[in-house]
Amino acid sequence: MSHTAHHEENHGTGEIKKVTIILSVLTIVELILGFWMIGITSEALRLAIKGTIIILMLAKAFYIVAYFMHLKHELKNLIMTIVVPLGLFIWFIIAFLYDGNSFRNLRNTYDPYFKERSTIKVEKKAEGHGGGHEAGAAHTAADTTAHAKDTVSVKNKH
Amino acid sequence: MSTATVDTTKSWSGGKSPFNVEYGKLMMWYFLMSDAFTFGAFLISYGTIRFSTNGWPDPNVVFKSFPFAPEGVNAPLVFVSVMTFILIVSSVTMVLAVKAGQEMDKKSVVKYMIWTIIGGIAFLSCQAWEWNHLHHEGAWWGRNPFINADGTASSTNFTNYFFTITGFHGFHVFTGVVINIIMLIMTLLDKFEQRGHYLMIEKAGLYWHFVDLVWVFVFTCFYLV
Repeated sequence: MSHTAHHEENHGTGEIKKVTIILSVLTIVELILGFWMIGITSEALRLAIKGTIIILMLAKAFYIVAYFMHLKHELKNLIMTIVVPLGLFIWFIIAFLYDGNSFRNLRNTYDPYFKERSTIKVEKKAEGHGGGHEAGAAHTAADTTAHAKDTVSVKNKH
Repeated sequence: MSTATVDTTKSWSGGKSPFNVEYGKLMMWYFLMSDAFTFGAFLISYGTIRFSTNGWPDPNVVFKSFPFAPEGVNAPLVFVSVMTFILIVSSVTMVLAVKAGQEMDKKSVVKYMIWTIIGGIAFLSCQAWEWNHLHHEGAWWGRNPFINADGTASSTNFTNYFFTITGFHGFHVFTGVVINIIMLIMTLLDKFEQRGHYLMIEKAGLYWHFVDLVWVFVFTCFYLV
């Protein structure tokens, strides 16, 4: 209280407690979504959950920077010199992810080897399938033999 | 807020710091901004490669172990949740240390710095365990024993990015712990009492929170999505 000449605000323990609770709740919600996603196969729903998790992640980042690092309590000019350059990330993320996606589509269209290789299932390791895994193991084995020819033809091609 | 919104036209007329912040602290902010670009570049590169690949390993299959649990235990997300909470708690103790420093309360600074250091060491131990475990499973730079979620062969991009990015983050945590230990020693030697302020604790705090911030992103990008 007495010697805080350089700091005007009193960001007290109340605020720290509040932000701690917010961060914990956000993390728990993220984890619940993560657990929920394990059983989900629908691609669209998975994408929606992933989007939600990323929004929660950004919210956590905001609370850490604004309150734990006290950026919110600094002068606006200072905040701007930090935040505005980081705005470049919006462009980076869109541009690079779009580029990666487009590269995959190009290869899937024009590179049959790339496309074919990503359809061949791998032989699962022969360890630890006791009990109820027999069906799965048999299925994998069938898959492997079915694709063995593919692999050979791929090798011949290249 | 009343004093924070000082007359900005006057603050640029010279004679005082226009940002109303100490030089070293301002430079710490700019260093962290540049570090954010480093980590951002890593993570965006990881995202680009992931987007350009047809299959990717399922994190819930890869990261499903827990220390002292029996072999073959299936506990996805559990261990990494523990690591995340360790880092959040150590961030809270750090912010309490900063607050105690602003109040010139040496005893509390010492107490909270010790807790923060313990948190940092706990996190590093968890990471060491996880790396060791994955290494035993055959994962390392250039080696990927895991298969994609759809059962197809996976590339080594997965392990390369995982070890590079978590390693770089772990190195930051390690540096943060070292910095915090130095700050603790300086506090115990009454250095900050002599200077009349605990600004160094604030700067170390900024670094430590940044490490926590990066983990928020690493955790999401590698373990959740």
